Formats: sequence, structure tokens, C-alpha cells
Amino acid sequence: MAKDMQKHTISVLVENRFGVLARVAGLFSGRGYNIDSLTVAETESPDVSRMTIAVRGDEKILEQITKQLNKLIDVIKVSDITAEDHVERELALIKVSANRGTRVEIIQIVNIFRCHIVDVSPEALVVEATGDEEKIEAIINLLKPYGIRELVRTGKAAITRG
Amino acid sequence: MKMRGAKILIESLKREGVKYLFGIPGGAVIHIFDDLYDEPDIEFIHTRHEQGAAHAADGYARATGKVGVAIATSGPGATNLVTGIATAYMDSIPIVAITGQVPTSLIGNDAFQEADIIGITRPICKHSYLVRSPEEVARTVKEAFYIAGTGRPGPVIIDFPKDAQINEAEFEYPDRVELRGYKPKYEGHPRQIAKAIEMIKSSKRPVILAGGGVIASEASQELRQFAVKAGIPVTTTLMGLGAFPETHPLSLKMLGMHGTRYANYAVSNCDLLICIGARFDDRVTGKLDKFAPEAKVIHVDIDPASISKTVDAHVPIVGDAKLILKEMIGRIEPLDIQPWIKQIEEWKRRYPLTYERSSDVIKPQFVIEQIYEATKGEAIIATGVGQHQMWAALFYQHTKPRHFLSSGGLGTMGYGFPAAIGAQVGCPDKIVFAITGDGSFQMNIQELSTVVTYNLPVKVAIINNSYLGMVRQWQELFFNRRYSGVYFKHNPDFAKVAEVFGATGIRVTKPEEVRPAIDKAIDTQGPVVIDFIVDSEENVFPMVPAGAPLQEMIGGLA
Repeated sequence: MAKDMQKHTISVLVENRFGVLARVAGLFSGRGYNIDSLTVAETESPDVSRMTIAVRGDEKILEQITKQLNKLIDVIKVSDITAEDHVERELALIKVSANRGTRVEIIQIVNIFRCHIVDVSPEALVVEATGDEEKIEAIINLLKPYGIRELVRTGKAAITRG
Repeated sequence: MKMRGAKILIESLKREGVKYLFGIPGGAVIHIFDDLYDEPDIEFIHTRHEQGAAHAADGYARATGKVGVAIATSGPGATNLVTGIATAYMDSIPIVAITGQVPTSLIGNDAFQEADIIGITRPICKHSYLVRSPEEVARTVKEAFYIAGTGRPGPVIIDFPKDAQINEAEFEYPDRVELRGYKPKYEGHPRQIAKAIEMIKSSKRPVILAGGGVIASEASQELRQFAVKAGIPVTTTLMGLGAFPETHPLSLKMLGMHGTRYANYAVSNCDLLICIGARFDDRVTGKLDKFAPEAKVIHVDIDPASISKTVDAHVPIVGDAKLILKEMIGRIEPLDIQPWIKQIEEWKRRYPLTYERSSDVIKPQFVIEQIYEATKGEAIIATGVGQHQMWAALFYQHTKPRHFLSSGGLGTMGYGFPAAIGAQVGCPDKIVFAITGDGSFQMNIQELSTVVTYNLPVKVAIINNSYLGMVRQWQELFFNRRYSGVYFKHNPDFAKVAEVFGATGIRVTKPEEVRPAIDKAIDTQGPVVIDFIVDSEENVFPMVPAGAPLQEMIGGLA
């Protein structure tokens, strides 16, 4: 069972209307589906928003999620883009403890990952990391030994290629 | 023409052909009621509780096929509708519920009689609208009725703040609906239909399972033609009762937890299950992995999400039951399945529906049979939930669609009586019986005042066993007779209660009085309550214990 619980990225076009996010979120909680992350914002047309929802489930659950999303009147289009050629990005802000002894090491890690330092204080650095899930996980793991004080992740945004 | 939002609502409802509103007024809908005051085309039916209004709108919709409309004020008025909305949602019944709301400037301020009804009802409605200005009213009503009544029907809520009722806008009723996120699919895919036909032709032990979707799509005629032409036996869900005449030799009556033995055996042994407009509820399937174990499944449903949700379909057909059956009738031929038909006839002979008759005490099943005979099966039957509901499902011969109104999905006690009110309003020439338990009746007993006020000749038949009978049955069978919280030590004399409200009350305690009482009720002009004091520990059999496979039934053997 556990090995069937694949990660999926679902891209949902919705009417940019009051209450739509609540309908989508309520659908997931009401039917017991877990959301790993959800991002939502306006698209190129201001009356349409795109949600990128990262979920885990077996084939049957995914089929139900897709069908139930499609049933919502405000949902225009649902695509499970997991199997499609697509680009995924996530942004993380990581506040990591840094002192005179560790600051240089941390900066080196940040450089290797092509990330940025966006705030510096005597005892901490804030790192801005952008990339796919793997990259974000990797830099978090490398920064962990220095002491992560706070972590904010946006959840993934995804778009198909071509 | 410029008019205030409240008036636009009334005008829009008229455009949708609304003749009746069920509800209760209040501060946040007072402007709507003011405009209703001199509106000759819409009659307001003042129920005594908003739950009654929601169920009445639902009963009206089930009996007539039209969208039923309930109206309530903000806050408690709106929250009182909730059970009725959930009931309609679970059974896919088209209603529009209009709720008043505090002025937009006060929303979110915990204002007097404010409740976030949109939030509360989000998981139990097909769609909902918060109308923010009078300009939005006409389009909202148009969309609400379209969404409620098309595709897989369901309840839609219109939450209407007071300022949007008072402020004026130009009234122009849209003639079409444009919803890019909602395009129900009606035509079945030709290739899927062809596949289904091939599968049916090669089957040796087919069964049709018809659900409420057949009734919703007005496909009973087509179902009958198809089944008879092919010669395939038909079982129905509770929601599908009346979709196929139970007097027909091909009928297996209802299946499921309290289905007939022959229906459950047929489904358990079939090699092809043709499911039309049903969703494989757990009360229908029993233990899922033992359900129809040898069967290929053809599943016709207008809601793609119902297909392969619980039972995997080998041939899914998304679309309207009526259109798809029409397609299939022309392509099907009589099947050569004599051994199967013989087997089913054998089951029917060996395991008929039965109960122990008595000349001392009134058997509830006997009451149901007598109502059937007295009304010649022409009555509209609305039920509460529990033992009496199952007896009404089993011991009445259901032959017509839209004549059996019952809360199947949500299982709402107290549904029957107000639903009967809605049915009687929609079908004034019909005999309408509310068959209810003493428990269910007391959940909306206040509506006696409504039937008397509007002189609605609803006949209430209380199957009175002084218990919450279905719970007692479970406690008897599975909890060592520990009757916890189920006994009605002080039930009122319901006949006297009826008289106090101004209806006719009859109390029946002997079997020989049953039929005369029913005949008297039918002959009486106004509303009648018959209190049948029945055998208090009678059980509903056969029964599939919860979690057991369908074929493992207990009780009900001749």
C-alpha cells in the first residue's frame, strides 16, 4: 500500500472568486485526503486562478480527487501533471544560526546551491532557496547541523513544458 | 426596469416557474416577504420549523421533478435548514435554499442572527452563492436553478444579505447560463455503449441494479422497456424504488442490508451487474470485497465521481440514464438465460418476503400491506427513517417513480412528514401517506399545524412501537438486548395530539381495526393521523449484519 502512495502534482484552474480556496481545501479535508502543499494565485487572466496542489495517494484516491475537484462548479480544469513533462519550483526562506565560526561555511553551501543570502544578523542568516523539491530538501539537510531557527516554504508551483 | 433586490428575487423565481416557497420569515428576509405580500403567483407555505421547510421543498422536488424552494432568515433560520440541505445533497434532490444574511457591512462582525451559512453548508451542497449586490440577483437565481436541476441534481444555497435586498438595480433576467466549470455530460460514449451491449449479450447471469438516478432522469419507461426486451431481472436501491414495477415478474425488489433474499442472492451470484444511476452505498453492497464477486460491472451514471468510487466498473458509461437506455434498447435482443431465470424464480419461491401474522397484535408489515391495498399502490409514500422505513420499502409494492420519498443517504429521521407536505402541495390530487415511526414523527411533529393551516389532506400512519425500533433491533441482535436509550416511556397519545392541532386522530390497537382506519383516513377530507400501536419488538428481516457479505442474511425465512 505504502509504495502505491505516489506523490502527485495537480494543477487546477479555478474561477478567481471569493470562497473557491475554501471549497477546494474543504473537499480535501472532508474526504480525508492529505495535501502536502497548495499554492494559489491569479493567472494571466485576472478572472482565473491556478492552484498547484501536491498530494499523495494511490491511483484510486487520485482518480477520486480529480473527479471530485471537477465536480466543483468553480473549477474550470483539473490536470494531474505528474506524468507530464513539467517544471516545478518552490521557494524556501531558511533562518539558520550563524556565528563567526560557521558563517563562511554556510555561505559556501549557499553558493554551491546557487541560493542567496537575503538577511544577515550577528547570530543568523536568512537563506532564500529556489528549486525543485529535492534541491530544497537537500539544502535544508545541509543547513540543519548549524541550527535552523525558522523555515518557510511556499509549496510548489508547477507548469508544463512547451 | 429598476427594482430592489428583494423584488428582483421574486421576479426571478417567477421566471423559473416557482409556485411555492416553503419557509419561515424573519428580520433578514423581511423585505422579500414584503414583496411576497402582494405577489399572486407565488404561494408561501409557512412551515413551523425551517427543517420542515427544507424537507417540504425536497418532498415537493421528489414528487414533482421540479426544483423545490425553501426560504429562511439569517442565523438560526439558516442553520435550521442544514439537515434538510444535507438530506437533499445525499439523495441528489434539486432544491434551492434562500437564506437571509446580515447586511454586507456587518458580515463577519458576529452581528445579531449572523451565521456563516455558506461556510456551514459548503460540504453538503452542490453549490452556493453569497449575493453581494442587487445586480447579482437575477444571474444568481438563474444559475442556482440550472445547477440544482441539471446533471446530478442537488441543493444550491443563495445567501442574500439585507442591503442587497433593499438596494435597487436594473432587472433583466438572463436567458442563458454560461458556466465554464459546469458542463454536465448527457450523451453516453458510443464505444462504451457498444462494449456494454456486447457484454450483456454474452452474459449468462445478468442483473440490473437501478438507483435514484433512473428516477431523476425520468428513465423508468426506458428501464422497463430495456429490461423486458432483454429479459433481465431488476433490483433497485431504496432510492430507486418505483423505477421498475415490483409487480412485474422480473422485479427482485430492493437489495442490500434489508433487501430481499432473492435480490441479494441474485446480485451475489450474477456474472454481470448493470448498475444504472446508483452509487454502491455501503448499505447496498455489504462487505465490499464479497460484493457481486463473480460479476463484471457496467456502471451508468451522470456523475463520473460515482463510477469506480467503491465498486470498480469494467465498462463505465458517463451520461444520462434515459438517453443511454434509449440507445441500448434498440441494440439489445432477448437473452437466452433460462437457467438463470429459473434459478431466480426458485429463490423467489423459497425465500419470499414474509412475516409472522397475528390476530392479537398489529404487525407493522400488515399495516403497510393494508395501506398498499387501500390505495391500490397509487399513493405517494413518504417515510421517516428506521424500521418503518424498511417495512414501507419492502411490504408496499412500488410501481411508479416519484411515489416513494425517503431519506436514503443521510437517513434523516423526521423527514417523512414534512416531505409529505411538500408532495401534497405539488400533487394536490394524489393521496399522500406519511408512514413514520413514533420516533421519527416526533422530530417534526410541529408540522401538524402546517397541514391543518393549509388544509393539506396528508395521511400520517404512525408505526408506533414505543421504541427507536431500528436501534432497539440492533441492540437486541448485537448488544445482548441491552436496550439503551431507545424506549419511549411516555409517548403522547398521538391521536389526541392530532385533534389538539385540529386534524383528525385515530388510534388503532387491534388488527381488525387497521383497514377500516385506513379507509376512514382516505375518505376524510383533511389531514389525518392514525396511530397504529404495533408489535413493539418486531424486527426487520431479512437483514445483512453490518460488515457482512450480502448473501449472509439472517431472519425472514418462511
